[in-house]
Amino acid sequence: MSGAVDDTSFFTLLAPLRASLALVWRVPRARMGLLLLGAFTLLALIGPLFLGDPDALVARPLQPPSWAHWLGTSGQGQDVLAQTIMGTRRSLAIGFGVGVAVVVLGALIGIVAATVSGVVDTALSSLTQIVLVLPGLPLAIVIAAYLPSGPLTVVLVLVLTGWAWNARVVRSQALTLRSRDFVAAARVAGDSPWAIMTTAILPNLSSLLFSQLVGSVTYAIGAEVGLGFLGLGDVSVVTWGTNLYWATNDGALLTGAWWTFVPSGLCIALVGYALVLLSSGLDEVSNPRLRSHAPFVRFVTAGGGVVGQATPVVRRGGR
Amino acid sequence: MSGLRFLARRLAFYGATAAVAIVINFVLPRLMPGDPATALVARFRGRLAPETLASLRAAFGASDAPLAEQFLRWLGDILRGDLGVSLSAYPLPVVDVIAGALPWTIFLAGTSLVTSFVCGTLLGIHAAWFRGGVVDRLLPGVLTLWGSFPYFWVAMLLLYVLGFQWGLFPLGYATSEGQPVEFSFAFAVDVIRHAALPIATIVLASLGGWMIAMRNVMVTVLGTEMVTLARAKGLSTRRIMFAYAARNALVPQVTGFGMALGFVVGGSLLTEVVFAYPGQGYLLVQAVRAQDYPLLQGIFLVLTLAVLTANFFVDVLVVWLDPRTPEAR
Repeated sequence: MSGAVDDTSFFTLLAPLRASLALVWRVPRARMGLLLLGAFTLLALIGPLFLGDPDALVARPLQPPSWAHWLGTSGQGQDVLAQTIMGTRRSLAIGFGVGVAVVVLGALIGIVAATVSGVVDTALSSLTQIVLVLPGLPLAIVIAAYLPSGPLTVVLVLVLTGWAWNARVVRSQALTLRSRDFVAAARVAGDSPWAIMTTAILPNLSSLLFSQLVGSVTYAIGAEVGLGFLGLGDVSVVTWGTNLYWATNDGALLTGAWWTFVPSGLCIALVGYALVLLSSGLDEVSNPRLRSHAPFVRFVTAGGGVVGQATPVVRRGGR
Repeated sequence: MSGLRFLARRLAFYGATAAVAIVINFVLPRLMPGDPATALVARFRGRLAPETLASLRAAFGASDAPLAEQFLRWLGDILRGDLGVSLSAYPLPVVDVIAGALPWTIFLAGTSLVTSFVCGTLLGIHAAWFRGGVVDRLLPGVLTLWGSFPYFWVAMLLLYVLGFQWGLFPLGYATSEGQPVEFSFAFAVDVIRHAALPIATIVLASLGGWMIAMRNVMVTVLGTEMVTLARAKGLSTRRIMFAYAARNALVPQVTGFGMALGFVVGGSLLTEVVFAYPGQGYLLVQAVRAQDYPLLQGIFLVLTLAVLTANFFVDVLVVWLDPRTPEAR
């Protein structure tokens, strides 16, 4: 890890991020996750251009998949394929938006709590602990029930209930950074708390924040789908969650219309799986002990070695 | 700091958290745009008794009394166990409506949480001990993929395939129609048949997380000198595995159990909705659809208190597992 960074330009802040991305790309799992995510992002960006209006009533309701409608029609007679792809766009947008907001809010609260100690720290830490222990989904539902329904409400509610875990981790990480020599040096040199935050602490948190982003997007997509499924988003706005809401509302399970709920659920799972792959790939980069034994044996027998990779840890003493 | 003092501090923290939940319930209706109190009162005028309307007005901030007085009255009501009157189940009090559904949720969430924790932890121990073995190589990937599906979607799929297509399990509710609630074999079988799919859903979805967490901590513990020493002493494999390695790896796992409680409650609420299982989640959705705000707030409060209580038991368990002071951990 580098010490204090003199130049605070945007690119300097991103440098550790780029380095860790390159490291992550070498882990097969993480690469697969990134590729899968990329594919879905592409689908979300350009998919809707090739399809008609997802809200249009195009055929008789609950028709099974056919050449005209590849994934059949919904209980209202809309094209399920168009709805799934439009849902991809909206759900990913909400997921990434909320994920970024949650990471930023968590980092802000965590770093402020760690650098400005005293009463501020006590207040922020207690708030973090309390939000962490309150059951998230019921809290989100209660808040959402009072707000006008819509995607903005969902975003607001998910950010409000989701930041605490990140803040807690960032705070403890920032606290250990604060006791390092280079931060002490910056303080002795007379840097302002703001300068210490942005030049000494933030750059060293970038890889942690990146891995938090992955976790937060996972959380956001799952929670958005959950709230949508309960009908708490605007049920007329197509997302993966509202697709599932309408599927149950129109009795898909009891009429055997599997095509109304399988596509959206599979997409959610694939995106979730991609994010989990990415995050476990990140873990593997930072904690080599977690690597299973088999890759190490392959690594040794192949006589290979990649410069810059961490030393694999050997299992001790057989079983 | 001794274990008891630690527990006392935790208890104070949970008290503060409960207070925050109560304040959230008080503040929300008063913060929100559009004055829900007036809308609510207007919607139910003519259908509710005048005294109920008056108490609704008071509970949702349409009263003219100063805020402090409103809050004290509200707090007094809650401490006396009065959460108001449910609008969707009028004229039943909220407390009675919730109490009727609570046993089902505790049964469902409790059984699935404990089952998945125990099975996942045992699998994690196995995977860490036989690192690179069949379980270690196959299960984490499979369970992670499975865990990526939303709880309630897995529930829908299981219900569709096992319930609708194959007819192996009932399509919803906690008991069959006409089945009396009694201490009998028939009743127990009926309850288990209805709970099997919801429990399977939650267990399968959360098993992977427990397994991977336990495996990872256990791998670290197995690398410590304590375990090497235990081997050198010639202790039996079983003793090293459980009394030395697993026992120590269990502490973060149990702490994680407390953290996961809120999350599991959320997942079990959504699962209940799919199976029309008459617990808090099903009630919550009914309350949202009927805009039954008193019931909604009551459920939030009761779930929060339940999670806090469970968290406290987890703290007791942690102190018992690892009597060292929290600073030394």
